[in-house]
Amino acid sequence: MTNRRTLLTAGLSGLSLAMLGGTASFAQAATTSGKFVFIILRGAMDGLTAVVPYGDPNYRSFRGAIALDGPGGPNGTLPLVDGFGLHPALKEMHGLWQTGQMSFMHAAASPYRERSHFDAQDLLEAGTAQLTSARSGWLNRALAMLPNGPSQEGVAIGRTIPLVLRGPARATSWAPPLAPESDGDTLARLSDLYAGDAMLSNALAMAIETDKIADGGTMLSGNAGRGRQGVFAPLASAAARILAAPGGPAGAVLSFEGWDTHANQGGAQGQLANRLDALDTAVKALREGLGPVWANTTVVIATEFGRTVRINGTGGTDHGTGGVSFLLGGAVKGGKMLGDWPGLSRLYEDRDLVPANDVRQLFAQGLTNAWGLDRQAVLSRVFTT
Amino acid sequence: MSLNAVIAANRFGLGARPGELAQIARDPKAWLLSQVGQSQSTNMLSDGLLSSAQAFEALQSYQEARAAQRRTEASPNPAVNAEERVRLADLVGQTTGREIEARIQHAVTTQAPFAERWVQFWSNHFTMAVRNLQTTPFPGSFEREAIRPHVWGRFEDLLVKADTHVGMLIYLDQAQSIGPNSQAAQTQQGRRRAAGLNENLAREILELHTLGADGGYSQTDVTEFARALTGWTVAGPRLRRLAQGSRVGTTIFVSELHEPGARSILGKNFPAAGERQALDILAHLARQPSVAKRIAFKVAQHFVADDPPPALVARLEASFRQSSGDLSALAKTLIQSPEAWAPETRKFKTPNDFLISTMRASGANTTSTQALRATFEQLGQTPWRAPSPKGWPDVASEWAAPDAILKRIDWANLAADVIGETFQPIAFAESALGPALTDKTRTAISRAQTARQGIVLALMSPEFQRR
Repeated sequence: MTNRRTLLTAGLSGLSLAMLGGTASFAQAATTSGKFVFIILRGAMDGLTAVVPYGDPNYRSFRGAIALDGPGGPNGTLPLVDGFGLHPALKEMHGLWQTGQMSFMHAAASPYRERSHFDAQDLLEAGTAQLTSARSGWLNRALAMLPNGPSQEGVAIGRTIPLVLRGPARATSWAPPLAPESDGDTLARLSDLYAGDAMLSNALAMAIETDKIADGGTMLSGNAGRGRQGVFAPLASAAARILAAPGGPAGAVLSFEGWDTHANQGGAQGQLANRLDALDTAVKALREGLGPVWANTTVVIATEFGRTVRINGTGGTDHGTGGVSFLLGGAVKGGKMLGDWPGLSRLYEDRDLVPANDVRQLFAQGLTNAWGLDRQAVLSRVFTT
Repeated sequence: MSLNAVIAANRFGLGARPGELAQIARDPKAWLLSQVGQSQSTNMLSDGLLSSAQAFEALQSYQEARAAQRRTEASPNPAVNAEERVRLADLVGQTTGREIEARIQHAVTTQAPFAERWVQFWSNHFTMAVRNLQTTPFPGSFEREAIRPHVWGRFEDLLVKADTHVGMLIYLDQAQSIGPNSQAAQTQQGRRRAAGLNENLAREILELHTLGADGGYSQTDVTEFARALTGWTVAGPRLRRLAQGSRVGTTIFVSELHEPGARSILGKNFPAAGERQALDILAHLARQPSVAKRIAFKVAQHFVADDPPPALVARLEASFRQSSGDLSALAKTLIQSPEAWAPETRKFKTPNDFLISTMRASGANTTSTQALRATFEQLGQTPWRAPSPKGWPDVASEWAAPDAILKRIDWANLAADVIGETFQPIAFAESALGPALTDKTRTAISRAQTARQGIVLALMSPEFQRR
């Protein structure tokens, strides 16, 4: 699917090339042969479960029943740097860590300090210091700094172009040719909303039940039918195909939903572990799908904010601040923990992981790494507007 | 802002467009009353749409081309151009497509949405639906010609216009009905046409358009009425001689087809009067007390509750009787009735009204027909495809099946992507629902994981699904 904007800007960029007779000087060092992939985990992934600070003395008491252990324990994590372990479902990503193709940033946050998913996602994608009425995203502004050519383009995997990819540079979108189905999480929320409405709640309950039977009872496991949105790998494979095609776009955006684990989030197994497994499988699908192009690929995985440090009364966690973010790919010289670790002895507003690190630093590093853009130019032109 | 603005927009209308609630809130009743009785409130743009006569001609041309091709198919040099036949088929098909698009567009953008509900109510009362090739091109022109101009006048006039329109005459088989003792039946030409009485229109007028199934008429009444209706038909090629120069595709009365003699209906004698005989009967039917009762119930059920308050029905019935079926007076009575303004939302939106109100809330000005037609179909209410002359059902139990709810949610997911490009979820819900937005729904929306999910929750909330 080609966005209208694509056609418009395609015409304009052709015109400017003809008029200027070349590309702007700042972009001379940049290259479009590198690929940059941004994966947005919408719904706020719990960073303390993805990257477990098992060495922190306060970790276990805050997390209680959903706490994970250090490497080697019964609920053991996979070793990263001393005191930090990767969730056991993230096997592919751990493999990348071991081969020096992944780094992570803990206590990472955008400048957003409230707790609305939408506003937080908007600011994460805008890349600005605060929410403004300007509607362009940092990935698009970075693409605009690249040399003109067929690859100076971003693709969104989904039905619409998210804010991060909107702006002056060319952007397209591609959606899987499947009829969209409402996911189990949305149905659960509607069930709650219908509690006082007998007709609607009965109808929805019956519909969900029928659906479950039709899917062979797999609905709860999130592997089929309406749980299909929990499977991210096909989207990643599609992104890989599009990126790896000759003259394919230099950037791609994927959105993975369903991280809002207010209840029963689980530990080594459970709801969140299933999502992490789906994420890990998607990273693997991306690597395999890109083939040799993987060596030139940089991937950033981020979420709009972290979750509360304390477990809540329903075995889940609520909207927080500091979270975790990943930088990985064949083009990444990784194996590092980026930024500072603020510890759990002091919490932000007595509930959240202190947002010690600006996640935009990691974004800038990713863009620099992927496209050879000047880091200062990226910071000033892409992230502080 | 008072809740009445939302009730005016949602219960009486087709849902608020962005900014519309504030405008209505100045005086919700006045806003509704200003739409009553104004012919411009029910007009819609008909650029590029065919009149029923033009549609009839297009259909005729296509059918002739098809028949000619069938005759010559076997010969080595077919005389009929297949391309021309396909062009004519497209012309007929596109007529329907354009009509649907225009109707949706009008409903989405109209500033007189109560008038549009009123039109659609009467259009459904006098259902003229696509049933086969012969009926395909007519429902749009039927609504524009027979319904829209007459919904603020007297019921009797609307009844006559609807039941003598070309579309209805074809849909309910009246066009072929011939009096067994008519002049035409006695002639060679008449016999060749398999002359006979068709009772369909007469029966549906009694059962659906006027008295109702329990309205106290007998099979004899049906047959007598059918006899009286003979002669009312459509000027077409086969009637060229009898139509005496009338334009093809228009309603005509052909006395040669009319069953001679007096008729007795509901115990009343109707002397022979040619074309007036059926009109006299229609006028008599329109004045029956059971009609006032039935129309009052249907209006109350359509706008207020599946099981409407008896006091409201009684008030509407009195209005209908006292005004001799003045439909403007009926609409005004509805607007002035306290029961219609009760805060409880007792009506569940039909798929049509859910889709239209979603598009209105999104501020859409243009609509893409193809995608939308498919959506109406998926949700079970393709425009002008009502399953029977009874029209679309008007109670929640017919529309709130589990699978239907799930389909609404799936579509809401799609729509939310588009709406999310313009609206934040809470702003969207506030714009569409104003003070009707409950704290519970507001909280659920604000806790949604994504903007899309938030908009889905707003669209699927009880306060958006109900009215």
